Amino acid sequence: MAAEAGASAAPGIRAPALAELGQVPWRTPTDERFLRRYGRIWQCWTVAYTLPFLVAGVGLVALEPLSFPVALASLAHAWIVPELYAYRGASVVREKGPRNRGGEQVAQGLLGDLLDHDARALQRSTGLAMERSGMGVWLVGEGGALLFPPGGRRAHGFCVGTSDRELPPSDRVAHLLLALRTDEGGFATVANHVFAGAPWRVRRRLPGPMRPALDAARKVARRTPPSR
Amino acid sequence: MPRLIRMDGSGHSTLAEWTTEDQTAFDHAVGEFREQLEAGYIGVHDHGEGHATQVRELPREAELVIMRRPIAGG
Repeated sequence: MAAEAGASAAPGIRAPALAELGQVPWRTPTDERFLRRYGRIWQCWTVAYTLPFLVAGVGLVALEPLSFPVALASLAHAWIVPELYAYRGASVVREKGPRNRGGEQVAQGLLGDLLDHDARALQRSTGLAMERSGMGVWLVGEGGALLFPPGGRRAHGFCVGTSDRELPPSDRVAHLLLALRTDEGGFATVANHVFAGAPWRVRRRLPGPMRPALDAARKVARRTPPSR
Repeated sequence: MPRLIRMDGSGHSTLAEWTTEDQTAFDHAVGEFREQLEAGYIGVHDHGEGHATQVRELPREAELVIMRRPIAGG
């Protein structure tokens, strides 16, 4: 009988464990509760760094209308900083750096075999693999993944990838997909959590061809009511 | 037919194929599997329908076992 490092991720079977968790023993295991708390912290943080710039901008004009250039700079900061964070969130699924295109056709075949019909078609047109799981709906890219928890009102960005730089793009996606299927919580723990915020903010920063994947993932996430 | 494959620069390579009756082919697959583990690969038994299991020994009954590289936060 196979000695399995963990049971299947199927519901009702004992918790699985991702081998890579051993590399990050100091991290708090990521679960739905952790994500909700993390999302709220990000929301507070966004307000905390945006509000002072907004108040300063409006206040300056109110006190001295001639200071409007400085007020404009302050308001620009209030807009740019959240945009940069959203860009960071969207970047987890963008194509990055030089990639081995040589074996892509073969890799695409394997990845296609791992996905169901709809997810396969979506992946071929957008480059992102959609995966429904316990924490919500995932969009897996070459160097990271976006998660839309039930309700679809928030997006989480996770930066994670394989160490092998020679892999074709679809193999990189397949690596992450298999790790995610093995242990969703472990996958989210190993990955660097780089963003939490409104999905529309991420959507604006995504390359156009990837946006239908985000729309599809949100649609599925919306159908699941958020847990308290 | 059950297969052991490795994701690599060529897309993927089939390392071994076996049947439940063919012990020699299975033993060969087990040898290949262990070699890949020693080289730092991780074995994943894909069950289909969104479920997979990490394996440290080759499951004879598995249809598809995939060797992947470790992942890390970027």
